[in-house]
Amino acid sequence: MDNKDKLFGLIDLNWRFELTKFKQVGKLFKSRWFPLLPIIVNLFIFVIILLAGFIGGYSSGSYNFGIMIVWILWWVMLMFILVPGFSRSWCLMCPFPIFSDWFQRKRLFGVRQGKLEGLGLKWPKQLKNMWVMNIGFLVTTFFSGLFTVKPFATFVLLGGIILLAFLIGLIFEKRSFCLYVCPVSGFQGLYAQFATAEIRRMNPELCKNHKVKTCFVGNECGYGCPWMLTPFDFKKNTYCGMCLECFKTCPYDNMGFFLRPPGVDLLSDTPREPRRLDEAWKAFIMLGIAAVFFLTMQGPWGVLKDMVRQATFKGWLIFITLHSFFCLVGIPGIFFIFSCLSKLFSGNKEVSLRQIFINFAYTLVPIGLGVWIAFSVGIILPNGSYLIHVISDPFAWGWNLFGTAHFPWTPVFTGSLGYIQGFVLVIFYLFATALGFRLSKQTYLDLSQAKRGWIPILIFLTLVTILFLWLYLG
Amino acid sequence: MKKLIIVLLSVLCFTATSYAAERFFEIKAKRFVYTPSIIKVNKGDLVRIRLISEDVTHGFFLDGYGLNTSTHPGQEGFLQFVADKPGRFTFRCSVTCGEFHPYMVGYFVVEKNLRLYLFVLLTVLLGVGSLLIILKNKPQQAHDNNPPQEPTMNTSNG
Ligand code: SF4
Ligand code: SF4
Ligand SMILES: [Cu+2]
Repeated sequence: MDNKDKLFGLIDLNWRFELTKFKQVGKLFKSRWFPLLPIIVNLFIFVIILLAGFIGGYSSGSYNFGIMIVWILWWVMLMFILVPGFSRSWCLMCPFPIFSDWFQRKRLFGVRQGKLEGLGLKWPKQLKNMWVMNIGFLVTTFFSGLFTVKPFATFVLLGGIILLAFLIGLIFEKRSFCLYVCPVSGFQGLYAQFATAEIRRMNPELCKNHKVKTCFVGNECGYGCPWMLTPFDFKKNTYCGMCLECFKTCPYDNMGFFLRPPGVDLLSDTPREPRRLDEAWKAFIMLGIAAVFFLTMQGPWGVLKDMVRQATFKGWLIFITLHSFFCLVGIPGIFFIFSCLSKLFSGNKEVSLRQIFINFAYTLVPIGLGVWIAFSVGIILPNGSYLIHVISDPFAWGWNLFGTAHFPWTPVFTGSLGYIQGFVLVIFYLFATALGFRLSKQTYLDLSQAKRGWIPILIFLTLVTILFLWLYLG
Repeated sequence: MKKLIIVLLSVLCFTATSYAAERFFEIKAKRFVYTPSIIKVNKGDLVRIRLISEDVTHGFFLDGYGLNTSTHPGQEGFLQFVADKPGRFTFRCSVTCGEFHPYMVGYFVVEKNLRLYLFVLLTVLLGVGSLLIILKNKPQQAHDNNPPQEPTMNTSNG
């Protein structure tokens, strides 16, 4: 094995560490209690969040359990640990689709044999992509000035997601909601391609000889992949919801949970799981939203805040127009120019501009993750102490469950915030460059084209990183 | 020519390390902005801030310096300190004043903002460095148009 591909000459991209080889982990993943138990725990937490949004104290968002848990703890955990570390590990324990699953299966714990309840329609072909989620998530951010401060708005948003998941579960098959609608699904899928963990089948020969693919059709131990993947051969994290059913349905215990180097899926492009324009746009939108969120929430400009919090309707309209334009047209437009330059520099005539554009858009996955992680640090360090307060008084009714209700607002390490954010941005920039050049090699026909074509993209990534450094530190 | 550059450089250095001055700012706090919301000083300046509320009670917590004061109509807040740490620091409202309270922030910039320059420089150096490595690298490895190979894994059971 001398053609080992090493990131920075250090990290072998083929390195894997199987966690399921430990007996306890393997057993846990086979048990039907897992992930049902974490889902139920989360359901309980989200019920409290919904209650806090509905009946809880209303004086100010920062003292509301729902607001704090959702927008400080949950969101930060997602961007910080769950997605970059463990792929769609949130989906593993997500309570949103539990009622849909329950309805379709008519049971929570056991395995139903035969057809699932509900109409079980196939999702429309034209919508089998990320576009609904792209637009859905963008539209959700129009109301960020409400959701992140008004408990009732958070109630409406979360309640709406749960209701929608249920309704779609009545009509469409399995986890159609998760695959094509859930607003928080798209970016998790996209950024999960960078994640340092994956679920994959282990020995391809075993799968080949297993005639009835129980991981796909299900058996008495579990359901066929609810995310409608083929567990026996999928190659990317994007659409694996980590529900662990395939661990239960595989009679040979041939599914594994692995740790791996970051960014592996970005380099994977197969006919069945190709790189796609809708995923590329997700990357643009996420980058744009991060910039806009920073400007409006962590920036000092009162004008922007007034727009976002709908002080005037006109101001808000201007905000959503500019925001949408920036995310949907502005960033992709600029990126398109750099893609043209890349093609020009490379001297290549064969590869389509579209392919160049799509391939290189995946360099924005590490950049975007870094930007979001740095953004999250800027939320949790100053405001994390609110959490200590709200767990004691979740409904703002004057309770003091754990004796921490009077814990004062205490920003921690905010003096070093700039350094932390700077380091995060630079580290993810490095990953983007390392993976990006590999993308260039996959895009162009020979090495010299790949080198020349890489230059404009490298410049783009450098500029984006400097822009965010300036936003966060300057 | 060389002389001119030296003169220019020393002028630059001189202006950069300008004398510590006394700086006074009157900051008005109103739900959910400070005016001015960005204040700039030089390292070593003696900074005095008077905080005036125009509506409800507001606070003023300065990141990095750990200073805190508050104000309500009829009572001003006051801070005095030496800006001895360079960089951009956020000041935040430290008294809950309404829905957008957590987003009520301003910037306190102590020039030279070395952190920013440092990280920008680092980014550029790493970018250029990585490019040089790539360009110098002889095409000795066969070009590989495929995604990395499947990891070879052996099954633990069965
Ligand atoms: S896709 Fe959305 S609803 Fe489905 S499991 Fe993931 S977060 Fe939950
Ligand atoms: S059953 Fe499907 S979604 Fe669930 S863990 Fe396996 S591959 Fe992923
Ligand atoms: Cu305030």
